[in-house]
Amino acid sequence: MFKIPQSIADEMVAHCLQGLPDEACGLFAGTSEANEVAVLYPTQNLAHSAMIYTVDPLAHLKADRDAEKNGFVITGVFHSHTHTEAYPSPTDVAQAPDPSWHYVIVSLRDRSPSIRSYRIVDQVITEESVEITT
Amino acid sequence: MSVAVRLPTVLRPHASGQAVVEISGATIGEVLTTLIGDFPGLNGQVIGEDGTLNKFVNIYVNDDDVRYLQQLETPVKDGDEISILPAVAGGAA
Repeated sequence: MFKIPQSIADEMVAHCLQGLPDEACGLFAGTSEANEVAVLYPTQNLAHSAMIYTVDPLAHLKADRDAEKNGFVITGVFHSHTHTEAYPSPTDVAQAPDPSWHYVIVSLRDRSPSIRSYRIVDQVITEESVEITT
Repeated sequence: MSVAVRLPTVLRPHASGQAVVEISGATIGEVLTTLIGDFPGLNGQVIGEDGTLNKFVNIYVNDDDVRYLQQLETPVKDGDEISILPAVAGGAA
């Protein structure tokens, strides 16, 4: 179970919609023990593409420092799939940088955006349920 | 000359769980070579077999990406903060 507070889920979806027609992306942080997002860091997609994303590394650095200052660590990344379901692509799996991270995908394919989360360890995808908390 | 090297969570298990390691060196290359010498588990994670920076990591000296400075030859000075970050990318493609 991965918990995302409603306000952060809303911010995530809004950032993804603002990024259209390109994929949007960002990072999030929390404590390493809690399966819950505490802070969202929307970033630029440096690839400016509807098919791939690259998190702006300088924004990553700043997010990492901010998280550390607040007693958190970066615990994962989110990005949008603009026309496909919210399931990791081979690119997502091949480039997943950290087995401790949560990989959140926001699909904008349907009228109502869907948010799903995965763990990716040694190229193996395991979906975890997402609870939007209020 | 001592700098602080900040490690991403994915590399910490290779460095006795430490988030920050103090390392001596005059350039990024020297600092990373010493770091890998101290923690051999980091071998291949930061510098590739060809001796250049691994493309899956980004390395910053304070706020500057060393790829846009002098790569491994980038000089460092006492008190600099070196950050190693995984490149984060993917997509529907």
